[in-house]
Amino acid sequence: MTDLATRARSRSAESSHDASFTPRKVSAGTRFRQVMRHAGMLVVVVIALYPILWMVASSFRPDGQIFGNASLIPESLYFDNYTNGWTALGNPFSVYMFNSALIVLGSIIGNLVSCSMAAYAFARLRFKFQKPAFAIMLVSIMVPIHVVIVPQYIMFSKLGLINTFLPLVLPKLLATDAFFIFLMVQFIRGLPRELDEAARIDGAGHIRTFFQILLPLMKPALATTAIFTFIWVWNDFFSQLVYLTDPNKYTVPVALRSFIDAQSQSSYGALFAMSVVSIIPVVLAFAFGQKYLVRGIATTGGK
Amino acid sequence: MSLAELDRMRTERDKAGRKIKVKQPDNKAALGFLAPWIIGLLGLTAGPLLYSLYLSFTKYNLLQPPEWTGLDNFERMLTDDRLHQALKVTFTYVIVSVPLQLLVALVLALALDRGMRFLPFYRSAFYLPSLLGGSVAIAVLWRLVFGADGLLNAILGWMGIESTQSWISNPDTALWTIVLLHVWTFGSPMVIFLAGLRQIPKSYYEAASTDGANAWWQFRHITLPLLTPIVFFNLVLAIINAFSNFTQAYVVSGGTGGPADSTLFYTLYLYQEGFGNFRMGYAAAMAWLLVLIIGAFTGLNFWLSKRWVHYDD
Repeated sequence: MTDLATRARSRSAESSHDASFTPRKVSAGTRFRQVMRHAGMLVVVVIALYPILWMVASSFRPDGQIFGNASLIPESLYFDNYTNGWTALGNPFSVYMFNSALIVLGSIIGNLVSCSMAAYAFARLRFKFQKPAFAIMLVSIMVPIHVVIVPQYIMFSKLGLINTFLPLVLPKLLATDAFFIFLMVQFIRGLPRELDEAARIDGAGHIRTFFQILLPLMKPALATTAIFTFIWVWNDFFSQLVYLTDPNKYTVPVALRSFIDAQSQSSYGALFAMSVVSIIPVVLAFAFGQKYLVRGIATTGGK
Repeated sequence: MSLAELDRMRTERDKAGRKIKVKQPDNKAALGFLAPWIIGLLGLTAGPLLYSLYLSFTKYNLLQPPEWTGLDNFERMLTDDRLHQALKVTFTYVIVSVPLQLLVALVLALALDRGMRFLPFYRSAFYLPSLLGGSVAIAVLWRLVFGADGLLNAILGWMGIESTQSWISNPDTALWTIVLLHVWTFGSPMVIFLAGLRQIPKSYYEAASTDGANAWWQFRHITLPLLTPIVFFNLVLAIINAFSNFTQAYVVSGGTGGPADSTLFYTLYLYQEGFGNFRMGYAAAMAWLLVLIIGAFTGLNFWLSKRWVHYDD
């Protein structure tokens, strides 16, 4: 922040003042320009967030008031959408929330364990075929799930695992989200080597060095991984749609989709209400984990 | 620490020193730490890729065993109008939405970088849509925003433009609503741009403005060249993501890719063939074509990058 602020000052100074002298007072013209810039930026913010806010507003409106209505302030607070939507499908919505939560939890644990182990090996150990293995890991980040879903589906159906959560969680336990390996490798490379070398000289094995020295220092990278996994798995639709066809096993996205089909009977307001419910966990994860999210995508680039 | 302990450490250090000279690698330990990743890579990525290469030469509906049909699937690809439509839709989407999204992200990152106050607020506000953009909830919302009596027509009404058409049931506009949805998620490339902008030493700008260079010159000759690695990075990621888009097209079109196949994304057609019609062989062939397309685009990207990406230091 400070370097931004000084850069701004030196830039605003270049027009009216000597660049070497940074004044506390800004001229009226500069202030006017700043106000205009904020006004412009706020307009973009409103445009960007308008659809989301409209969705929230509409979720509190009875059906008759939703359409043809662009206002962001609901005329009244109509909570029936939430109570109706919660029970509109075969199961109460809590069942789908619970299923999603289970998959998310399993995925977070899987990614944290498997990716941090692989990252330790890539960042701190020397082994045969290290360079090609690392290159393969990087390339595998670019392989979308869609190109392996057919054989994976065949394999899991042969194993009788369709309509279980295993096809969704097992890949995370086996570090297929290689993006997080890369993120953690970058992080470990930034930690001083002396720390784990000292531990090794003291006679600690790799397992102890990993658990007692590096893992505690990796907390920021682990937090970034956990939050991204939470958001991506919560939002994931494709693989959950493929593997979960039993309505009792539906997750939130799959349930929401089936809501559209069932919609001729139920109301748009209820659909809006459940859509709002489905994004609340993501918004909360964002609110509490913002620091780690921004740091994570700034250092390695995320979705 | 006792002297005896110090002594022992020194000898151990000597031993360790000798070991390092021999360069004993940590093969065994590495195998242990990499075991989950290796199993996953072989069992869930590399193995399936090879297996689907085999499947692409077969006819397979999951019930009967795969039946070898040679090049039939690939011959069908040549005459499959829906596949051609899917390729056209997907290429249009990638070629239009990726540059547009990156342009919006870059412009806003530049605007925010100029010493803007409340930067964290703006950054969060712009980032939120890219976290939600891939969700079913937002795709549902998009259906209703662009529906016949949706938000867009209501806003057009405010501005005195009478419109009663449904933008998602019109084959001419349906794809563009999904393009717009992609552009709307400009927040994550924007954050990456912001991080890149911060790394440009401000002394460059100070030197330039002492020499009397104006803002445009500074952008053209300092900011843009030094930002090209970040632009490149964003471009590679964005193209791969755009090729594998599925959720938005699926939900907006109700799973059909309609109206008139105007939103039949490649992944959506692959899903229909594989998991709707259970033509696993054909779906596997399509998956391989997608691998080749993404590989070619990424390769082309890296090859072209030599001409425009600056790696000074």
